[in-house]
Amino acid sequence: MPGPPHTATALRGRGTGWQRLARWESVLTVFLCCDLIINAGLSPYFLNVWTLSDATFSFTEKAIVALPMALLVIAREIDISVSGTIALASVAMGLAAKAGFGTPALVLVGLCSGLTAGAVNGALVTRLGVPSIVATIGTMSLFRGVAYGILGDAVLKSYPPAYAFFGQGYVAGPLSFELVLFGLLALAFGVLLHRTVIGKRLYAIGANPVAAAHSGVRIERYRFWLFVATGVASPLASILLTSRLGSTRPSIAQGWELEIISMVILGGVSVAGGRGTIIGVVLAATLMGFVTFGLGLKNVPGIVMSIVVGCLLIVVAAIPAISRRIGAPARR
Amino acid sequence: MKRLPRRPFLLGRDAGLLLLTLLLAGAVETRFPQFVTPTNAKSVLDDTSILMLLALAQMPVLLTRSIDLSVAANLALTGMCAALFNQAFPDAGIPTVIILAAAAGATLGAVNGLLVWLLEVPSIVATLGTLAIYRGLVFVVSGGAWITNNKMSAAFLDFVRIDIFGFTVLTWVAAGFSVLAYLALRYTEVGRNFFVAGSNPEAAVYAGIDVRRMRFVAFTLSGAIAGLCGYFWVSRFAIAYTDVAQGFELQVIAACVIGGVSIAGGYGTVLGVVAGCLFLGTIKNALPLVGISPFWQMGISGLVIVSAVILNARRAQGVPRRILESPSA
Repeated sequence: MPGPPHTATALRGRGTGWQRLARWESVLTVFLCCDLIINAGLSPYFLNVWTLSDATFSFTEKAIVALPMALLVIAREIDISVSGTIALASVAMGLAAKAGFGTPALVLVGLCSGLTAGAVNGALVTRLGVPSIVATIGTMSLFRGVAYGILGDAVLKSYPPAYAFFGQGYVAGPLSFELVLFGLLALAFGVLLHRTVIGKRLYAIGANPVAAAHSGVRIERYRFWLFVATGVASPLASILLTSRLGSTRPSIAQGWELEIISMVILGGVSVAGGRGTIIGVVLAATLMGFVTFGLGLKNVPGIVMSIVVGCLLIVVAAIPAISRRIGAPARR
Repeated sequence: MKRLPRRPFLLGRDAGLLLLTLLLAGAVETRFPQFVTPTNAKSVLDDTSILMLLALAQMPVLLTRSIDLSVAANLALTGMCAALFNQAFPDAGIPTVIILAAAAGATLGAVNGLLVWLLEVPSIVATLGTLAIYRGLVFVVSGGAWITNNKMSAAFLDFVRIDIFGFTVLTWVAAGFSVLAYLALRYTEVGRNFFVAGSNPEAAVYAGIDVRRMRFVAFTLSGAIAGLCGYFWVSRFAIAYTDVAQGFELQVIAACVIGGVSIAGGYGTVLGVVAGCLFLGTIKNALPLVGISPFWQMGISGLVIVSAVILNARRAQGVPRRILESPSA
């Protein structure tokens, strides 16, 4: 279906949706299978349920934030401040733990700090009309800066024993709590985006905000709540990460925003808005996680991994232009 | 058609920011008389020079509705290469180092430009990708090692510190580049085309301006300056390692935004950017003096950035932008 690059159909029929699914998402699946085979070749211990379970820890936390981020990008917004929110939530929980609060209270404190952060971003963008990329670059410094300011070079680690379950616990056999939580959230976001009127409206906002507004979609309200959703997902990731590490430093999750956004774009979500699927994002997150894990098996440092991710990101973004030039669109 | 503020207001805004910076310095001075000494003022200028160079180079990129997130990674990579080059050829002259660093940086910038120009990759995605790649390459070329001052030649280290009429070479370079940028953006065809390409890409095409090629030029320029700053950074801080200037790209963009450059393209002034950099530099320098823990520095600059963008936000009339405006041309 060749066509101008920015005429994404807002309320596309199910058929076209499935056709798209059969394209980019299947490319990701092929990549993923190739990587699993390579990893299995690298280490005889790789195809062990426990090793596989361990490998999922390398992406579940980031992927949880990537889900609402995908909705934001589909609606033409972006949130650079997520890693700052993660740090802020972690510090808030650390302080609450130091003050002697129990595990449920810690979770509540974390979620509330994320909710506030998300509402600040949402208000900046929808009430004050600041472009989201600028607003969230600012709040990223603000949130992480507050974390640094409060904590300095100290470390918080007086977490109650029960708190360790979130990042280290298993629900059944090798199924970690992190993986189960991510699976449930992915399902919820998938249903929300692909099966409800809210999802249809998000695509409409991303494809043509003016038309969406004229069709009665309250675009500002949707955008505000998307920022709040991202704000709440960040402390979820923060809870898992803090619990897994068992400690809080202000530099926690430094640079995650880039990896999370990479997951979203690699998953086939268009930065021009209006296109993308949750399955794509889940596959991209899994792929990135297993590639990282595989490189780890080969003792390749994580920073080299960033070269691979960077190249993937650019290649993915360049595919539409390349395929248009060749005249055989592979991914629409 | 984009509404531009009238000229007097424009002048007032930049001057106002400079005035605010001076007031801030004055306020600190009343409590801590050592702040506005010539020595400290010079060190503020010296500290701000690299930020100023990078922000002024980022400005044309922002003008053409793009963004270059890879500047800090570019800086780190060329800085590391410059240090390695110096280690291998300690006798090579400083002009050679400078030319090589700028050329290497320009090449890295041109990669961004080509991605945006020929492959139509949105600039935010392209530079996010090259950010990761360049940062990873620093590790690859250095093997993760640190290059410290005892492995650099004296000339390599001293160049940025040479004192001319009381100011360092670094300060002079930043000042000279500011003047050059002002003249070039105002009086040359290429300079004016940046504004046209950004404020109305459709009209620019009809006026015979290749908007995408202007972006390529802007990215190459931004890369060249980042390369130059790579050498300056390594020389000034006398160390090169993988995480050099990590996250500095956001400060560069913040300085532009505080200085009134529109992220939606087509609008911005050199004076504003210079004032934005000096404002950030003054805050950075005053905090430790006022007795605020350096750990609060990031939070306070975040607050400043957020306040500045709120003040700068001109509410779009209910029409949401894309994350970055993509070329319709």
